[in-house]
Amino acid sequence: MDAFKQFVNNISSPQVLVTLAIIFFFVYLKFVRFFTRTPVFLAMLGLFLAFCGVSLTDEHFRSVVTMPDNVPIVGMIFLIIFFTWLSLRKAVDNDIRMERGEPTFEASESKDKLYTWPHLVYIELLCMIIATIVLVVWAIYLKAPLEAPANPTVSPNPSKAPWYFLGLQEMLVYFDPWIAGVLLPSMIIIGLMAIPYIDRNPKGSGYFSFKERKWIITGFLFGFLILWIFLIILGTFLRGPNWNFFGPYEFWDVHKVVPLVNVNLSELIWVKWLGAGLPKFFLQREIFGLVMLALYFGVMPLVLAKTVFRKLYMEMGMIRYSLFIIFLLVLIALPVKMYLRWMFNLKYIVAVPEYFFNI
Amino acid sequence: MAYQVDKKSWWEEFKQSQFWKSIFRHGAPTDKRNQSLVILSNVFLHLHPVTARKSGIRISYTWCMGGLAFFIFLVEVITGVLLMFYYRPTAEYAFNDIMALRDHVPLGIMREIHRWGAHAMVITVWIHMFRVFMTGSYKPPREFNWNVGVVLLVLTLLLSFTGYLLPWDQLAMWAITVGSNMARATPFLGHEGPGASLLKVGEVSLVHSGDDVRFALLGGRFVGAPALLRFYVLHCVFIPLAAAVLMAIHFWRIRKDGGISSPV
Ligand code: HEM
Repeated sequence: MDAFKQFVNNISSPQVLVTLAIIFFFVYLKFVRFFTRTPVFLAMLGLFLAFCGVSLTDEHFRSVVTMPDNVPIVGMIFLIIFFTWLSLRKAVDNDIRMERGEPTFEASESKDKLYTWPHLVYIELLCMIIATIVLVVWAIYLKAPLEAPANPTVSPNPSKAPWYFLGLQEMLVYFDPWIAGVLLPSMIIIGLMAIPYIDRNPKGSGYFSFKERKWIITGFLFGFLILWIFLIILGTFLRGPNWNFFGPYEFWDVHKVVPLVNVNLSELIWVKWLGAGLPKFFLQREIFGLVMLALYFGVMPLVLAKTVFRKLYMEMGMIRYSLFIIFLLVLIALPVKMYLRWMFNLKYIVAVPEYFFNI
Repeated sequence: MAYQVDKKSWWEEFKQSQFWKSIFRHGAPTDKRNQSLVILSNVFLHLHPVTARKSGIRISYTWCMGGLAFFIFLVEVITGVLLMFYYRPTAEYAFNDIMALRDHVPLGIMREIHRWGAHAMVITVWIHMFRVFMTGSYKPPREFNWNVGVVLLVLTLLLSFTGYLLPWDQLAMWAITVGSNMARATPFLGHEGPGASLLKVGEVSLVHSGDDVRFALLGGRFVGAPALLRFYVLHCVFIPLAAAVLMAIHFWRIRKDGGISSPV
């Protein structure tokens, strides 16, 4: 048992967990027909439950998971697992029906009209009753937290934002606040709003499907499940004092020391590779980073438009394509920056602290 | 017992009374006509159409998540009003009022319902968005309603965020401090944001910690009494009203866009 815990603690780190999550995500979608089969789903759920059950015997794990404000997140994990499975399962079923030339499940029922009284109203009533019971029972058994009175001179360690923003707080490890706290949230909102105008595929409207919408679903799920939900889980359960990373069974030691060895791209290139000093003028100093960004956000879209996305570009037109490619490149840039940090200890690609402009 | 046989039950009698008929203008909803009338003549039920496609009614299609988000919103409104009876949004009283709520109010689970409801609403709204995405329900003609939904999502998070401060304990104050620190870094508008230091007249900077967006949000340089009042007003008045209006638009548009989506 202890050996198992030790092992899990030892392999737990953001890089390992995020990598495993990404691999699992793509393998799951690649073999979605296998993974969404009910026995497979139940077996995996059982394994996960067993893991949770065993973990609950660990004192530290239990204390973190049962913190009152963390309990909803535990519930959310199971809801997300269930609904991800459900939607993909229904999507796969419909895909198979369409391959056989049959109408989708929804299409086979969409000609029938039902009276909403009682058919819909009673479903709603039932949902309301169940929700009420859940809320009341939850409220009786779990007290809302109340800590010491607010005191501006004593900051708790760790200081965490409300749980639904912990994905963004996790991004603060890799990006400056103006990106993690301002640019990304704005881009998420605008990006979500842009989805209906970017995804012009007329198929897959009004029924679950996967095959017909493979790319957009993969992109959306990657953002939602990995970059949003998974990072929230990391931030909630595995980030402790000083926002240091702790394994699931590791005591949150306030004095854990993690060496900070991060360097900027400019230092890496000018000092380490060229053996020169850092130039004084910031444009010259940051030239490599700026060129990299220009290549990534300026040249890459053009190249892609001529090659892989040629057809897409023709269909979408300039404006749609530009929007699409910017959101896509930012989405990809997030894990890319994370991996650059893990592999090269890279801090900033462009660092202009004079103007608080660090990327 | 015998005399009851030829008499109508008091319930049947009551349903013939002027009083009953002044409320319900149709018979029991057991036939098509009355099933339609019950939906049409009730202001709450008439959010629904009289009939709908079977595929859209199925709970396995909508997961009832939008409906639940709305229901939990209503629960939050009711429990929130009850909490307002006991709570004063000032630095002296706020924390003690919450303590009193816990220690002195009989059967007090309103704070619990309100807090767990807030978490639940965030989660249901996410799952609702997820369902809408997976069924492709944002595609024409529902693009606009998807956008209304995104704004509702933001409002839901802001509701939860502003409410988080109100207990005025360490958890509240520091979560809001961490969250609102981001605003410092807003490009041009936050005093630690890129470009802000460029905005100056002579030697006087226009954007500093005493007038940037974070200051506007908190009413001060740190999370203090003015922030508490601002968050309270936003939480109890402005954001719920805005959300209610948007929900009205959201529901109206579902009907105008042809009801719950289905294959063409
Ligand atoms: C406070 C938040 C929200 C409430 C109370 C709400 C409520 C509802 C309800 C009751 C429905 C009817 C069908 C169902 O239950 O699924 C619905 C449908 C819909 N919602 Fe929401 N919603 C909210 C947020 C959102 C969000 C965040 C989005 C998307 C980003 C969204 C987009 C839509 C769309 C496009 C439909 C039509 C779906 C269809 O025709 O199948 N809503 N909403």
